[in-house]
Amino acid sequence: MTPLRAFNKDRVGAALLILMGAAIVAQGLTYKMGELTRMGAGFIPVMLGIALMLVGIAISVTAEPGGFGTAQSRPSEWRGWLCVLGGVMAFAVLGALAGLVPATLLSVFIAAMGDRANSVRDSAILAVGVTGVGVLVFVYGLRMPFPLFILS
Amino acid sequence: MGQALHDLWYGFGVALVPNHLMWSVFGVLLGNLIGVLPGMGALTAISMLLPLTYVLAPIPAILMLAGIFYGSMYGGAIGAILLNLPSHPPHAVTCIDGYPMTQQGRGGAALGVTMMSSFFAASVGILIMIFLSPWLEAAALNFGPTEISAIMLLGLLAGATMSRGSPLKGVAMTIFGLFIGTVGTDVISGTQRYTLGISELSDGIDLAALSLGLFGIADFLVTINRKVIKASDAKVGMRDMRPTRAELKRSFFPMLRGTAVGCLFGAMPGTGPTITTFIAYALERKVAKDPTRFGRGAIEGVAAPEAAAHSKTQMDFIPTMSLGIPGDAVMALLLGALIIKGIQPGPQMISEHPDIFWGLVASFWIGNVLLIVLNVPLIGVWVRMLQVPYRLLYPAALFFICIGVYSTHNSLIDVVEVAAFGVVGAIFLALDFPIAPIVLGYVLGPMIEENFRRALLLSRGTLSVYLTHPIAAWIIGACVLLIAAQVLSYARRTKTPRAIVAETLIVD
Repeated sequence: MTPLRAFNKDRVGAALLILMGAAIVAQGLTYKMGELTRMGAGFIPVMLGIALMLVGIAISVTAEPGGFGTAQSRPSEWRGWLCVLGGVMAFAVLGALAGLVPATLLSVFIAAMGDRANSVRDSAILAVGVTGVGVLVFVYGLRMPFPLFILS
Repeated sequence: MGQALHDLWYGFGVALVPNHLMWSVFGVLLGNLIGVLPGMGALTAISMLLPLTYVLAPIPAILMLAGIFYGSMYGGAIGAILLNLPSHPPHAVTCIDGYPMTQQGRGGAALGVTMMSSFFAASVGILIMIFLSPWLEAAALNFGPTEISAIMLLGLLAGATMSRGSPLKGVAMTIFGLFIGTVGTDVISGTQRYTLGISELSDGIDLAALSLGLFGIADFLVTINRKVIKASDAKVGMRDMRPTRAELKRSFFPMLRGTAVGCLFGAMPGTGPTITTFIAYALERKVAKDPTRFGRGAIEGVAAPEAAAHSKTQMDFIPTMSLGIPGDAVMALLLGALIIKGIQPGPQMISEHPDIFWGLVASFWIGNVLLIVLNVPLIGVWVRMLQVPYRLLYPAALFFICIGVYSTHNSLIDVVEVAAFGVVGAIFLALDFPIAPIVLGYVLGPMIEENFRRALLLSRGTLSVYLTHPIAAWIIGACVLLIAAQVLSYARRTKTPRAIVAETLIVD
């Protein structure tokens, strides 16, 4: 049982909105506001931030009961989440540092490992396969300027 | 109207240019493929191919994107009927009678009827455009920045309140989307807004990164290790797809009624195809002589919702292209793609870019013909595609997402943006917030801001200009009515139309 069970879903969402709205307003006030006829850069963002906070308050007032522990809640999938996000980040980092082939191999492998039904072998074969197709389609077919390997 | 016919002929000419046709075929094929794959939707497909359109000229770009859209509708129907698995929410209704038909061995006939419904809907759509366009062009002349910003506001409100879940949350997401639109360099003052010192953000957040993160990655995060997406063993061949004469006769009127429902709701900005298909199905049940047949393989239950979905798809383009208000997230993406190309959808688009507008209208019909031609022999291939397990699909899709996003600006910061929005999207989904309005807000935000500022500039700071201009006043009135309706329904705690219709379906 996660401690999140105690929190009402809607109230958490509302709190998030109010926080975001406040942050937007805070940053927006540092830009010039101007007046209605000559609106500065900060005018609309501040308005949006205030609106977001108001909606957040409205949601918390009209919150329906229902915390994270209700029948709809699902267990946290840390393995899956970390692997999916890890896969994307791996592509970003390796793409810059090592080139397309290592980036694709690793990102697909990491992402595939997120699914419990995928064995290491499955993920590896998939990674190689996708890399092959990717290189063919994007570098040779579409001539994308992405170095295959960066060896510095 | 004669002018409209002439323009339509011209549009066919544009759509049939070999280069344009090729991209249409490509889009339709790809859309169909992605619509068939379990776990992928039109939204992801269009987002993934959005970067590709950056290098294309406007006409092939929009033809391809549109092709992907209705191609994926076809693919979604295949999944719904054969697998009981709608990869696209509107097809949820098709499952109810489509899947039992497959179980009875008549799955092919259901698919055949779907194709006919779509073709019929496309033809009706073209006719409507012919009659509607002179009126739209006349209206265009009366639309200044006041009217444009007012109607965009109406579109946003409609989109926010009619999306899934509580309307307040829809509004919150729209506001969030509007905010995301402000990130970057302010056009008028040159100030950098919310870029946190990162120079790559000075151009704002990329549309493809935003939508792929919100719809693609967030979807993976929510689905992984949770939903079981089953593969199918259905075997359907080409010959199975011909419906019997009795089935044809029974589907005719449902097709007509479904198309009518779709056209009616399609013209309304903010209504999604999902609720349209629900309503078409409910209507068929109400009208049927023997309602108990529904849910057990009644072909009317397939013909009507599919006709509604396809005609709604067609009709969705009208407010998007002619008024600049997208009906849902997919239309918002298409709109965004056009804006990136420097084309301003809106009342003046029909007169300024008749080639795009009428080329698009003509391409619907051509696209439908293409889909029929392609689907009949390829049905076996699609069925086999349905058997690709999700666990192998999503890592490959992840790669395509990453490289697609990278290809826009050759910047890996965009890929990081995708991850960031994936997290944001997943958090919002977990909190029951609808994420589609974010894209709506993002696409319309800058345009509303620009028109709003211009309107105030012209009126020298008086907000009342929104009430003194007659058209704008009417539109603001509609906005107020919409808000009032939401407040009233909350006060009375009456259920949303979707719930009422859903109950009609469950209660036998």
